[in-house]
Amino acid sequence: MPVINVEDLTDLDKAKMEVTQLKIEVKLERAKVSKCCEEISEYIQSGADEDPLVKGIPEEKNPFKEKGGCVIC
Amino acid sequence: MGEIEQMKKEAEALKTQIEAARKAVHDTDMASAASGVAPAPRVQLKTRRTLKGHLAKIYAMHWSTDNRLMVSASQDGKLLIWDSHSGNKVNAVPLKSSWVMTCAYAPSGNLVASGGLDNMCTVYNLKTPVIKTVKELDAHTGYLSCARFLSDTEVLTASGDTTCALWDLETGKQKTVFLNHVGDCMCLSLSPDMNSFVSGACDSLAKLWDIRDGQCKQTFLGHTSDINAISFYPGGNAIITGSDDCTCKMYDLRADQEVISYQDAALNSGVTSLALSMSGRLIFAGYDDFNCNIWDSLKGEKVGVLSGHDNRVSCTGVPPDGMCVCTGSWDSFLKIWN
Repeated sequence: MPVINVEDLTDLDKAKMEVTQLKIEVKLERAKVSKCCEEISEYIQSGADEDPLVKGIPEEKNPFKEKGGCVIC
Repeated sequence: MGEIEQMKKEAEALKTQIEAARKAVHDTDMASAASGVAPAPRVQLKTRRTLKGHLAKIYAMHWSTDNRLMVSASQDGKLLIWDSHSGNKVNAVPLKSSWVMTCAYAPSGNLVASGGLDNMCTVYNLKTPVIKTVKELDAHTGYLSCARFLSDTEVLTASGDTTCALWDLETGKQKTVFLNHVGDCMCLSLSPDMNSFVSGACDSLAKLWDIRDGQCKQTFLGHTSDINAISFYPGGNAIITGSDDCTCKMYDLRADQEVISYQDAALNSGVTSLALSMSGRLIFAGYDDFNCNIWDSLKGEKVGVLSGHDNRVSCTGVPPDGMCVCTGSWDSFLKIWN
């Protein structure tokens, strides 16, 4: 693909680019926000039980727990 | 009427049509839809590690897929590779240009990349006996704000020249140039299925791109200033953005619009960075006011704050296993919290 030199674009080029893009976007099929939000909400909630930062990490399983003091064996 | 005026008139008419189409499906918003969901618990995270080693402002950090190693970039002219568990530095990569703005870890763990005001993306091999520069990706005509590896052979970049690009690491050349923004591109995020990515720019727009055909598929409006941070949602159907307008926003890809805004009248600092917890329930957003605020993504409420840095939080990252959040700051330190 040829290198596009952005600095060579004229105002007319940019205006045409915008219209071309809007013509693509105007055709999009849009789903109802209520349905989308419901799906996102369900997806997140189903993962939240396994999310360490939401449910907390037991001290003994925490790889970042404060490095302890000395242990004498 | 001149050609440009005609184009602008056509553009305005199309924008009005699109606005109407978005409004027609806008039957609720996320906070209302999630009103029945139990609020996320108040999140109180402790600093578990403070990583000291950089000598100047930290601009970027990125976790390795092994959940343990991470790379950070500072304008002291170095990339540092850290073992986050021990807190030790594993590697130091001296940079040719100290004006670094981004760094990235390849999913394989073999390579890291950096870039900034040199307009280039430099790729380094960590696995050779001595760390070697593998490629200098040189074609952007503006600064490199963000880089991400798709694999050991492909890299995506975002640039101040208003374009994003997909590079072939074997040839060092651009395979595809993504041109549609009219402001500096500041950030990018790959979709979970790796077929698309989103970019945020100083034109206050976020755009969704098809990686293979190079097309811009969707444009997201709403922010009123530069978008500095962007991330795909774990499910791949939504994105989160963070902006100099002091807000973060969630956009749903199928509704093609904003569904919730994360903002507070008391917050008047720009958002510099953001990261999501593993499920996506929590948003960790870094701000210019030295804090990282934690938002409940469904309710739109602030549920915690990470305070401890003495300067702007410039970068945040959560590893793939979700076990912690890392913040990096202009105060030269990285902190690990959980």
